[in-house]
Amino acid sequence: MYVAVKGGERAIEQSWRQLASARRGDPALPALSVEQIRQQMRLAVARVMSEGSVYDEELAALAIKQAAGDLVEAIFLLRAYRTTLPRFGYTLPIETERIEIQRRISSTFKDLPGGQILGPTYDYTQRLLDFALLAEDPDAAAAQSSSAGVSAADVAPEVAVATSTPVPRVIGLLDREGLIEQEHPRTEAREPGDLSREPLSIPADRSTRLQNLARGDEGFLLALGYATQRGYGNSHPFAGEIRYGRVKVEMEVEELGWSIELGEIEVTECQMINKFDGNAQTPPAFTQGYGLAFGHAERKTMAMALVDRALRAGELGETVDSPSQDHEFVLYHSDNVEASGFVQHLKLPHYVDFQSELNLVRRLREQHPSLRAAAEPATMAPTMTPTVAPDEEQAA
Amino acid sequence: MTIPASLRSEAEIDGTVDGAAHAATDVDIDIGYNFAYLDEQTKRMIRRSLLKAVAIPGYQVPFGSREMPLPYGWGTGGIQVTAAIIGRDDTLKVIDQGSDETTNAVNIRRFFARTAGVKTTQRTAEASIIQTRHRIPEQPLTAQQIMVYQVPMPEPLYKLEPRVSECRKLHALADYGLISVKLYEDIVQHGSIATTYDYPVIVNHRYLASPSPIPKFDNPKLNMNPALQLFGAGRERRLYAIPPYTSVRSLDFDDHPFEVERWQHACALCGSRASFLDEVIVDDAGSRMYVCSDSDFCREQRSHADAGGPVPAEPASVIASV
Repeated sequence: MYVAVKGGERAIEQSWRQLASARRGDPALPALSVEQIRQQMRLAVARVMSEGSVYDEELAALAIKQAAGDLVEAIFLLRAYRTTLPRFGYTLPIETERIEIQRRISSTFKDLPGGQILGPTYDYTQRLLDFALLAEDPDAAAAQSSSAGVSAADVAPEVAVATSTPVPRVIGLLDREGLIEQEHPRTEAREPGDLSREPLSIPADRSTRLQNLARGDEGFLLALGYATQRGYGNSHPFAGEIRYGRVKVEMEVEELGWSIELGEIEVTECQMINKFDGNAQTPPAFTQGYGLAFGHAERKTMAMALVDRALRAGELGETVDSPSQDHEFVLYHSDNVEASGFVQHLKLPHYVDFQSELNLVRRLREQHPSLRAAAEPATMAPTMTPTVAPDEEQAA
Repeated sequence: MTIPASLRSEAEIDGTVDGAAHAATDVDIDIGYNFAYLDEQTKRMIRRSLLKAVAIPGYQVPFGSREMPLPYGWGTGGIQVTAAIIGRDDTLKVIDQGSDETTNAVNIRRFFARTAGVKTTQRTAEASIIQTRHRIPEQPLTAQQIMVYQVPMPEPLYKLEPRVSECRKLHALADYGLISVKLYEDIVQHGSIATTYDYPVIVNHRYLASPSPIPKFDNPKLNMNPALQLFGAGRERRLYAIPPYTSVRSLDFDDHPFEVERWQHACALCGSRASFLDEVIVDDAGSRMYVCSDSDFCREQRSHADAGGPVPAEPASVIASV
């Protein structure tokens, strides 16, 4: 029995108080506002929304604040809140072709309809610490934010030009030659499941897998996707297209008989193009891996697309020999709320199980020939001295 | 002898209560949530799955486990089962490692006191629902009681076959050769079966099931128990059940029959020789003391002794290690 975990309610209350003060830090400094987090930590907010699987920037920012910046904890907070929300219905599928583009790149063609739009990205920065940010005066920043409003307005028309018409997808361009498989909605396909309401069952169809990956931990998907690039389930990927921007969310309301716009959300979409060697029935062609996440999340969507493609190995008749291609391995271990909970549950007391194991190991050691031999000095094997003094045996 | 403070209950230290039922009003009730937190639709879904589980003893029923405000692996399955079956008139006891006062047990008990406003108790006999992690109380249960077990890994075969889809096939075919071979290999290597907790059982002569990580000391209590026993695995999204008076057999061989662990010591506090004992290291020299893991049972034993019952044995169970 460890004393530390047996303290009762007062110890728990004391721990809560310490947590609150540790989270707040030095009270002489102004507290972070949720709005500041939302505006200035947009990538953290995006991750918490995606993996927390609810689009609400304010609540995601609140969760980050409450979790003191621990994003997995923030995701857990948001998920636990999400469970309690009522469901009104399902929106129509979002039309990412009609995305109001803020960034769009393709690595497969030098130029293409709609152009390459760099947008806000760290990709073309030199990773040098910007010491100017250290000296940033919070008040000056506030003044700047009003001028930032002006500059945003300056930028806006440019973006508007790029997005006034739907930008066709690279995948669609390749399709004109029949070079790539197309993914059309099938009328006979069953309704997508809902992993937050139904347990995962294996084999899982692609929509269920994508749902799982969209909620999946970025770090886990990144490592698995990376492994495919290093030969563990290679899928010859090219970043066909990555686009980030705002898209309308519409819902059909039965009473009206037509769809109404609920609002806009930001999403990042990645379509990987992967070589497919073909087989006796199918000529060589390109296949797709797909990634989608809330907010600006290129690393996550690219990793997701790699893993999505790797998980298709079986149905495409490729050899399944690495963890990234293994449905059970990937889908049952992708969720960081589950993983974090179970790994950390080892902090809970296990002294009953441990006591049982302790009794057993002591008994087995008593019977073990090497320890018995050591107990008798006339042994012929002097090198077989036990590494642990036989005190424990007496205690048993 | 003096009992170390860490082994005494908070109530005993306070000298106020003795583990008797707390009225619902002791803890502020949260009104922002539905009774027992889960919405009624979800509770219905869980109860339907539980009915199926009771109808097929030992069979793992997949269910739409919800994200709870406590972490996965910390009792979310048990909490959901309790939330689905608890009513306003119930009295709830929550134990972890046999004790009512480990932090997680305190947390879960408080969760239900806040969200359901039900009475809570530390006394086994008073409880109508007992949620547990890793132990079955020493005091025999009655037909009026329901045990709710928190289960980390519902699949008894997972160490031998990690694939859920494969395990489901093995259960469907009642093909349990794998686990028998594992126990046999234990005997070959160690001379005896080397599984001490989460010891696999066959429920109602059909399904292999995990009793949850209770010590095998508790396994005999599963068999023909008058209480309904419900098992919830939240993260793995499975429920299963052992209905009252159901046969539960711990796996063994004719020449290596199932055995429970025994201690050479009695409990240093109550003198019981019949209960599961925890080993506690009491000083820097490594002196050990053995005490009941079931804190309510230990307290009951001591109060009997105070009332003129048999006097506990001398604390011969404190052993000075060299």
